[in-house]
Amino acid sequence: MKEFRISMPMRYIINSLLLVAFIVAGHLITQSGLLGRAHNANIVSVGIFIILAVSLNLSTGYLGQLPLGHAGFMAIGAYAGAIFWRSGLLPSTASVPAGLLVAGLAAAVVGVIIGIPALRLKGDYLAIITLGFGEIIRVIINNLDSVTGGAGGLHGIPRHSNFLIVYLCVIICCIAIHMLMKSRHGRAILSIRENEIAAESCGINTTYYKVMAFAFSAFFAGIAGALFAGNIGLLVPGEFDFMTSINILMIVVLGGMGSMAGSVIAASILTSLPLFMAALNEYRMIIYALMLIIVMLFKPSGLLGTYDFSLSRLLEKLIRRRIAAKSKVKEGEA
Amino acid sequence: MLKVNNIDVYYGNIHAIKDISFEVAESEIVTLIGANGAGKSTILKTISGLLRSKTGSITFAGESIDHTVSHAIVKRGLAHVPEGRRVFLQMSVQENLEMGNYTQQKSTMHSRMEDVFTHFPRLKERRKQVAGTLSGGEQQMLAMGRALMSRPKLLMLDEPSMGLAPLLVEQIFEIIEELHSSGVTILLVEQNAHMALTIADRGYVLETGRITLADDAKALLANDAVRRAYLGG
Repeated sequence: MKEFRISMPMRYIINSLLLVAFIVAGHLITQSGLLGRAHNANIVSVGIFIILAVSLNLSTGYLGQLPLGHAGFMAIGAYAGAIFWRSGLLPSTASVPAGLLVAGLAAAVVGVIIGIPALRLKGDYLAIITLGFGEIIRVIINNLDSVTGGAGGLHGIPRHSNFLIVYLCVIICCIAIHMLMKSRHGRAILSIRENEIAAESCGINTTYYKVMAFAFSAFFAGIAGALFAGNIGLLVPGEFDFMTSINILMIVVLGGMGSMAGSVIAASILTSLPLFMAALNEYRMIIYALMLIIVMLFKPSGLLGTYDFSLSRLLEKLIRRRIAAKSKVKEGEA
Repeated sequence: MLKVNNIDVYYGNIHAIKDISFEVAESEIVTLIGANGAGKSTILKTISGLLRSKTGSITFAGESIDHTVSHAIVKRGLAHVPEGRRVFLQMSVQENLEMGNYTQQKSTMHSRMEDVFTHFPRLKERRKQVAGTLSGGEQQMLAMGRALMSRPKLLMLDEPSMGLAPLLVEQIFEIIEELHSSGVTILLVEQNAHMALTIADRGYVLETGRITLADDAKALLANDAVRRAYLGG
């Protein structure tokens, strides 16, 4: 018997319907005020961290490098977006997407500039140099008083980041990275992780693809940064220190390097944790550390490993099971 | 087809390749033999653009490739099967072969893959299997098959017999001969000098970065110095 399969157009329709339903339901719930302000704010920051983790996963999980300066790209995007929005160049409806785009592009450009020299290095060397670059970005922002407000911070940023905008960005980010990884370019990126010399001997321009993945990753980190700015309405350089980069990396490692679903789940858990454990807030870092140790001991590849969730695959499985059950009943009748 | 003129390669301060020249003519099998650390792999890496020579020149099919980046060299028809197999362990056999097609048209991929399968029927049986679960010999076949996907004019093989059981070594060498008779020129680097010289047309003997002997493969097999040094008496 032929195995049951859902056709490709049908898959797209099911997935898009579910995404639209998710966005609409989420928007209505957060707008209705049912959840209260604390939960609404948490949902938005979960979305922002999902983008950060999924984008970092591109360069750690798929490309197999270990950059430690993700907060730096987030900072570039945050300040670029905030300054653009504060300038009031465009009317408000066009301003939000334009600001996000500006933020992403600014971070991507810096990503390329940093990536070209940094990606000649590997492993721990790359980690150290990107860590350095991340800190340099933060220090420059700290001292560029006239543009960024320096250590005093940048105030009065329009607070655009609601559920709708943040989760639209989450979906765009996930789909874009998913499509990149399914393409011929994605294959090239994966082959670099698997074996760089072999990739080179297959005729893949490894430098080009490394910088490309890095720039993509920076682009979405920049967008997350702008959403972050639009969520709080106030930016201080201290938000983008080394610990933030480490936190994002921790999400990726916990979720499983190379698993987008893992990044999404881990970002949701780790970002929401403080809210649900307010009483234990002092012990938060201990709990983080314990979680990480336990996961590394029992599932070193992260919660989901490199497994990726596919809704259509799940549906196919369920329907196949139904069909099998039915044919069994028929056999019984006969 | 391939001409290497007076190249010198350094690893930092170490002078690894000292003024080496040799050539490979069309439809030949040429072998470079020598002990560990003689510089055999370094020469192949320099030809395929992974390392750079400080002096001299390398020409392939009449064009200079000294300053060509390695992925562009592959595109010109010079494929390198690196030492130690280096297949993409987490990809399936078929995906590995598809990666080999990277510089070529997608439309002709399937006919070329069938071509590879006629040389390596074992790979066809295992096309869905993840490469990391293949045996050493099968991985070597996969690495060679992947290189063949780029439709090379010259195939450079770096120690294809490394770490394989004698029976498999023989099988790999049979396949090399088969590829050669189907029209691929081969530059073979080997520690297993006896096997390499048996199938080769010509050979070069390398010692600590210099070519000390160059002759027909048969003459080298009979040469006393070579016998003592590499063929065990």
